[in-house]
Amino acid sequence: MENPILRTENLNAYYGGQLALKGVTMDVPEKKLTAIMGPSGCGKSTLIRCLNRMHEMIPGARVENKVFLRDKDLYAMEPTRVRRMIGMVFQRPNPFPTMSIFENVIAGYKLNSIRLKRGEADRIVEDSLRKAALWDEVKDHLHKKGTFLSGGQQQRLCIARALALGPEIILLDEPTSALDPKATAFIEELMEDLKKTVSICLVTHNIAQASRVSDYTAFMYLGELVEYNTTEKIFTVPQDKRTEEYLVGKFG
Amino acid sequence: MREPSIQRRLLVNGLFRFAICGLAAAALVPLFLILADVFRKGSGVLSWDFLTSLPKATGESGGGIANAIVGTLMLIGIASLLAVPLGIAAGVYLSEVRKSRLAYFTRLAVDILQGMPSVVIGIIAYLWLVRSMGRFTALSGGMALALMMLPLVVRGTEEVLKLVPAHLKEASLALGVPHYRTVLRVIIPCGLPGIISAVLLGVSRIAGETAPLLFTAFGNRFLEFSPLKPVGSLPLTIFTYAMSPYEDLQAQAWGASVVLILLVLVTNIIARIVITRWKIQF
Repeated sequence: MENPILRTENLNAYYGGQLALKGVTMDVPEKKLTAIMGPSGCGKSTLIRCLNRMHEMIPGARVENKVFLRDKDLYAMEPTRVRRMIGMVFQRPNPFPTMSIFENVIAGYKLNSIRLKRGEADRIVEDSLRKAALWDEVKDHLHKKGTFLSGGQQQRLCIARALALGPEIILLDEPTSALDPKATAFIEELMEDLKKTVSICLVTHNIAQASRVSDYTAFMYLGELVEYNTTEKIFTVPQDKRTEEYLVGKFG
Repeated sequence: MREPSIQRRLLVNGLFRFAICGLAAAALVPLFLILADVFRKGSGVLSWDFLTSLPKATGESGGGIANAIVGTLMLIGIASLLAVPLGIAAGVYLSEVRKSRLAYFTRLAVDILQGMPSVVIGIIAYLWLVRSMGRFTALSGGMALALMMLPLVVRGTEEVLKLVPAHLKEASLALGVPHYRTVLRVIIPCGLPGIISAVLLGVSRIAGETAPLLFTAFGNRFLEFSPLKPVGSLPLTIFTYAMSPYEDLQAQAWGASVVLILLVLVTNIIARIVITRWKIQF
């Protein structure tokens, strides 16, 4: 694959004694949208949580082997630094309830006590909210609490919060599974725009969503990376029997 | 199978509703009887003078409970200074580290402390502080009360912080915020209204304690602001005046009861307001 931004090498992940990821080797291409799909419990969320070292926050969880961001070994770095370079958006919208919309967007700076000049903070907030297609809806009440927004708006606020730190890649863990169809369509559209400027890795259990928005698709099953290819090839000429069965709905 | 008629169901439903509402109302009766009695007997002596002047010598009429009010406020202040930081820290630990051995034993110890008779806590404070310092002090009284307040603050903080959703913690960690900062700047702020009300409930719990003060703060008929001297307190004043043979002192005991009840009531109401007004929507 031409210039991958992120690469895993034979990655194993455990919950206690249980092996949840079995030797996953995968390249994530730059400025493309890579979808990871598979049935519940296949390890897709575990995989992306290894990419920003969130997996190890679970008591008893551990990771073996390596993940590279370009040529930097993420597991040789401070986890907090890794997480500032790799943004993450979760299944449930989770804006900070004690903060305004404005503060939520720059939460990555505020909570880390990174000083921003007044103008700089304004610029980052406007920029990130525009990228997350939320600016026009909230620009007149930036100082209201973020939790007053609708679910879809909250999720876009969380995307803006991740973008504000200027990450090289953002990880989306089933970002639309808690949203209604309209908000989902909006976020899918947003992802198409975003991938022009930032690499995206999307976990989804929605096959149709993977086919609609992604450039590359990975299929995972029982902790294994079964097949990984361009979305077109996966959906038209899957090489593995399990992929085919999953796509036609035999399981999952 | 025979189905009961709809009339019968409605009747049973009505009876149950009546019984439950009646019992709920009955639970309120003792409180209102106590309040009514105390206010009826105590409000007569209440006056600005009663609140701001010191007790007169026995036999003289008039005099007030300023010494007791100041003493109680001092004791509450000392107890809070000791119990609040320690209690919040322990509560944070218990909510963050739920399954360690230390957490298990801390929880156990806190529960046992909560069940400790207050008079025993008083004796312990007497042994540790009064005996070693050689005199009765406000500090020893405050420490005894702090021991009573501590479990409430610990468990209150723990319960409230456990309610903060895990996904907010994840959101913060995923922004590269270290764990300790996540606790200080995301988790505690989310639980702050609950923590404040736990502290206030702790205050109202200790405000009326008498037993631990008998051999620690001891009591004082004069105004005293030093934590290293004996101080008076409302519960002690009520106790001694109520036991005295003089009618005017007995009336003053009722007056002091009104003041104490108002203090507890107001603290409780503030705790309620904090919880509902500052409610944080997750």
